[in-house]
Amino acid sequence: MPSGYALGIRLAPWMAIALLSLPVASGLVGVIAPAFGWLPVLGGDTLTLTHWQALLEKPGLGRMVQLSYVTGLASAGLSLGIVVLFLGAFMHTRLFSTMRRLLSPLLAVPHAAAAIGLAFLLSPSGLLSRALSPWMTGWQHPPDILFPGDPHGLALITGLVLKEVPFLLLMSLAALPQCHASERLRVARALGYGPLSAFLKAVLPGLYPLLRLPVYAVIAFASSTVDVALILGPTTPPPLSVAVLRWLNDPDLSMRFMASAGALLQLGVTLAALATWWLIECLLRRLTHTWLESGRRNSGDAVFGGIALSAISLSLLLIVGSLIGLVLWSLAAYWPFPQALPQPLTLRNWTGAAGSLGDPLTQAAMIGIIATLLSLVLVVGALEAETLHERPTRPWAQFILYLPLLVPPVAFLFGLVLMQVQTGVPPGTAVVILGHAVFVLPYVFLSLAESYRRLDPRWTHLARCLGASPAQVFWRVRLPMLSVPLLTAAAVGFAVSIGQYLPTLLLGAGRVSTITTEAVSLASGGDRRLTAVYALLQLALPALGFALALGLPRLVFRRRSGLLISS
Amino acid sequence: MHSLTLEDVHITLEGASLLSVDTSIAPGEVLTVMGPSGVGKSTLLAYIAGFLSPAFHARGRVCLGERELTRLPAEARRVGLLFQDPLLFPHLNVGGNLAFGMTAEGSRRKRRQRVEAALEEIGLNGFANRDPATLSGGQRSRVALMRVLLSKPCAMLLDEPFSKLDAALRDEMRQLVFQRVRQENLPTLMVTHDAADAEAAGGHVIELGS
Repeated sequence: MPSGYALGIRLAPWMAIALLSLPVASGLVGVIAPAFGWLPVLGGDTLTLTHWQALLEKPGLGRMVQLSYVTGLASAGLSLGIVVLFLGAFMHTRLFSTMRRLLSPLLAVPHAAAAIGLAFLLSPSGLLSRALSPWMTGWQHPPDILFPGDPHGLALITGLVLKEVPFLLLMSLAALPQCHASERLRVARALGYGPLSAFLKAVLPGLYPLLRLPVYAVIAFASSTVDVALILGPTTPPPLSVAVLRWLNDPDLSMRFMASAGALLQLGVTLAALATWWLIECLLRRLTHTWLESGRRNSGDAVFGGIALSAISLSLLLIVGSLIGLVLWSLAAYWPFPQALPQPLTLRNWTGAAGSLGDPLTQAAMIGIIATLLSLVLVVGALEAETLHERPTRPWAQFILYLPLLVPPVAFLFGLVLMQVQTGVPPGTAVVILGHAVFVLPYVFLSLAESYRRLDPRWTHLARCLGASPAQVFWRVRLPMLSVPLLTAAAVGFAVSIGQYLPTLLLGAGRVSTITTEAVSLASGGDRRLTAVYALLQLALPALGFALALGLPRLVFRRRSGLLISS
Repeated sequence: MHSLTLEDVHITLEGASLLSVDTSIAPGEVLTVMGPSGVGKSTLLAYIAGFLSPAFHARGRVCLGERELTRLPAEARRVGLLFQDPLLFPHLNVGGNLAFGMTAEGSRRKRRQRVEAALEEIGLNGFANRDPATLSGGQRSRVALMRVLLSKPCAMLLDEPFSKLDAALRDEMRQLVFQRVRQENLPTLMVTHDAADAEAAGGHVIELGS
């Protein structure tokens, strides 16, 4: 079908750009007008600043803003620090490849499930405190400590760091070959620099520019997260994003004006956090200039190596402990406090939940599959167009790709909801799928682009010489040769979709419930056993996706070993 | 078969002149283009086959007999291309690789028979269902050659085809390739930096970049 191919190649890049930018842009426009009083549906027909005044008079607003701002910067700084130290101290060692293999699957763990697991591990009556009580702590009752939900947001920051470290690590792994990290490192080591100093002085200056957008995405996410903050964050006052969500869900519809102002304020806070980070970047570039050329070959390599190892091991332990906690609670019947293990174990929580689980599971899977397929088609089309025209991606295209990851979802999604109401588009599954695709597409692109661009152009030349048209080359050579990375990208996309909380909640107007929305709302209730069941199932869906993506090719291509090696 | 003619071919890269060629290759003749790496030998092949990267700019014409290749898309030029790597498609078995370049006409059984016959010619009877990754280097090179020949090209381009083979295999492949292009009466252009290749080809030699 050559004409379909040609049409697809022409349209896909523009459709991808539209899918990424239109919702964000129109969502922001949709939130600006109500913030200044303009929302005719709710009787707002004069421009006014009263809603901003109402917002500014909200008790605790300063604290909310501060929480969001600090959380964003602190979790990004910590995650990046851990990743950089770890790469610097252990690149090219066996420990590195082990850690990498252990950390990669963690990317698939949805934020909500990780947060729920962490809460179950670290809360006063959590697994850790049970394991240490009473023999070490002397506690016969759970201590009266507010954690998670501590007023400084430490639990929230921990939860975010736990999820962002694997993300930044995987993004660095993709970027390392691009900046010729191995060569740079070897040159510096040969000149007598210690491993960490060599990395910091010779590799990092080339690596960081490639990591900048992912780091900005981390800051934006952390400063505006809703689901993680609902589970781990403080409540009085909560981070700004959570407060905005509360206002816009308020039964008093006139609160929506103030919620719009709040959503804009959230955008401002995220931008302020990004600007702060950028200033720090500039400052560090200035300050490190002389240090880079100072010729000092060793800057406490052993100490920092130790710190890196402890930090990364701690992250790994926390995640594993969280998972164990989830499994134990999902099997617990009676489990009084200082006991380390529940006794007896029971499947009653699972069988009891089975009846109400089917719908949220199939909803989540269906939304995830369709959003992923849609994104995959657009991404492959865009990459194929780029390859066919032998033209590199322009910088602005890269920026658009990151747009949905840089603008706080709570800001533009709420604008979309208001527009939805104005234009009479019924909320429901179709809108939710499109909303998910906005967030899925960037990750599918990031996951696939390297493999797609690196495919040797000689394969295409060869096939063309053998008489295949560009369309035939695409269908018969490039797609089958890329089947392994395509499946991986699909698994990544599916995992991202399963993790989405806010788009489902807002665009579905509460009528679309997935395993994720159920898990998050259960987490704020008191039933740990049921919450554990839901969190584990939320985690099982993406895990299943990755298992298929890794297992299928090994089965299907067991007699085509060249495909498995090359990718 | 027709001659392959390069009429006043002139390739530039960002305004700087890269190479100029004006020559004709008779059917069954092997013309060798020699020169150190970086003088644009492979660029010349890419231009003839139809994959010149947009960074380059080319003037002149390439004709096969009366047919002007430079006006045609790559897949319609019917120019066979052999690289230094065999590049067997990893997602197809050996038979599938051979069939990929064959014209679609004929029943499935007929096509299958042609594949079997071709495999027999290169001493690989019964290899049709094998995974290409399990073949030895020499076997892969022979399959790659046969794949090009089965696509019934009207001219042949060789891009350093023997440089990655070890010494013993190299002689064997040289003989096989040159014997086959003469047998099929194909005008052939080979680029190489190995003087022994040129000697074995026995045709004219053009030196580039000296």
